Amino acid sequence: MLRDITLGQYYQTDSVIHRLDPRVKLTATLCYIISLFVVKNIWGYLLAALFLAGVIKLSNVPFKFMVKGMRAIVFLLLLTVVFNLFLTPGDPLISIWKITITKQGFQTASMMAVRLVFLIIGSSVMTLTTTPNNLTDGMESMMNPLKKLKVPVHEVAMMMSIALRFIPILMEETDKIMKAQIARGADFESGNIIKKVKSLVPLLVPLFISAFRRANDLAMAMEARCYQGGEHRTKMKPLVYKRRDRISYAVIAGYLAICIVVGRIL
Amino acid sequence: MSLLLNHIYYSYGEDTTLRVDALKDINLKIEDGEFIGLIGHTGSGKSTLVQHLNGLLKATKGDLLVDGRDIYEKDYPLKELRSKVGLVFQYPEHQLFEATVFADVCFGPKNLGLPQKEVELRAYQALKQVGLEDEFFYQSPFELSGGQKRRVAIAGVLAMRPQVLILDEPTAGLDPKGRDEILGQVKKLHDESNITIILVSHSMEDVANYVGRIVVMDHGSILYDDTPKKVFTHYQELEKVGLAAPQVTYIMHKLQDEGFPVRTDATTIGEAADEILRVIQ
Repeated sequence: MLRDITLGQYYQTDSVIHRLDPRVKLTATLCYIISLFVVKNIWGYLLAALFLAGVIKLSNVPFKFMVKGMRAIVFLLLLTVVFNLFLTPGDPLISIWKITITKQGFQTASMMAVRLVFLIIGSSVMTLTTTPNNLTDGMESMMNPLKKLKVPVHEVAMMMSIALRFIPILMEETDKIMKAQIARGADFESGNIIKKVKSLVPLLVPLFISAFRRANDLAMAMEARCYQGGEHRTKMKPLVYKRRDRISYAVIAGYLAICIVVGRIL
Repeated sequence: MSLLLNHIYYSYGEDTTLRVDALKDINLKIEDGEFIGLIGHTGSGKSTLVQHLNGLLKATKGDLLVDGRDIYEKDYPLKELRSKVGLVFQYPEHQLFEATVFADVCFGPKNLGLPQKEVELRAYQALKQVGLEDEFFYQSPFELSGGQKRRVAIAGVLAMRPQVLILDEPTAGLDPKGRDEILGQVKKLHDESNITIILVSHSMEDVANYVGRIVVMDHGSILYDDTPKKVFTHYQELEKVGLAAPQVTYIMHKLQDEGFPVRTDATTIGEAADEILRVIQ
């Protein structure tokens, strides 16, 4: 029932992209997003599309998984397109009754739509190919300089990885409680909005209770093993750059440079 | 009501790399008033199977006929089916949510759209059936002990007056006393109201004393489907799939190996004692 949400989910398979260091993937995603906002012409977008297609091909993740993630932002996408299409002043292109579509409006709307789609697909490539644990490891090590400013980097990363780790557990729990209440005749689908919200009570109360119970158990288990964050902690699998990571850095830097040249100057 | 499962297949995560075939070619016929034990190792597909019986999961392939009608037909009234096939999940106490025990048990019958009076009557009877004392009725369900909570949750399903009652590991995490109490009440329920009961468990010991038929599952398929006595004759094969026959089966076999002319098909301690006495005398 809740399995349709793919945004932020990991897809298990083996590929070059999966094996990359999470820091590389984080940097690459950031660079890719920057490149999307740097380019100004069709050639730039074509290049971005080609790069993305190449990465998706390398990642071995079926394309339909990325498209599934798009469902979540369809509304946002439509809103952006509609606003840009009708509200941008400029040279009129088509004019029906009081509504005018301008040339500039058409341009911005399509540009925005393409940007948003690429942005979402680009970042879902990262989450689909990186386990949550790896991701937080990468973030922790990239935020390390902030430790000098007394930012509790390790604790923040730990909280993030626990939160991420609990998403599938809570989803499973939701599924289970939902089924149990459906078996008792509960109806989560029909009725007006007030009835629907009310019908969530038998789902949310047990879910909250179980979340607190799990949090409590986990805290207890961590205490029992003398967990202490931050200082002097070593890792079982420290992040080490390999050859493919260096090559990837070079590729992404090259891509960004070409994007700036092609997208801005040409 | 009779349930007929015809070549049922089910897979989790069908179009991902993590696809798991949970059920493979399940054929099963369940008649009115039977008391069935569904046994299998963890991950053998027992829980998946029982979720098909009230239409919570839809088979990837195959049909399920309830009283001769295919429940995968488009306009089949699934809600009605769910009131007739009551399913008590594993750790059912985790689904309690109301402020009082009584209100929680009322949830099921209320969803059936019954008048308030009938709802309360059914809730009261269900709570009595599971042997909960009146003094607990208006307490918060979260203040009760584990065994009491579980009984409240079972009452929540019983209050819908199902014709088939499925209990998924009803004794998990209970002490021996709580286990015997719950199983005893289930047995009593079966004898008094003649509803069909399916008891899911991984322990032969639990079910041997109560059920009339045992279905053994392994890796998503049905391995044996017979009376307890016949199933336990395969005790060596059962061990291979991570299960065990009741302890008395082992004792009787051991005695036979040592030269005592005992019969080995006793399934309960009482039967075994009688058999040993017969031989000794």
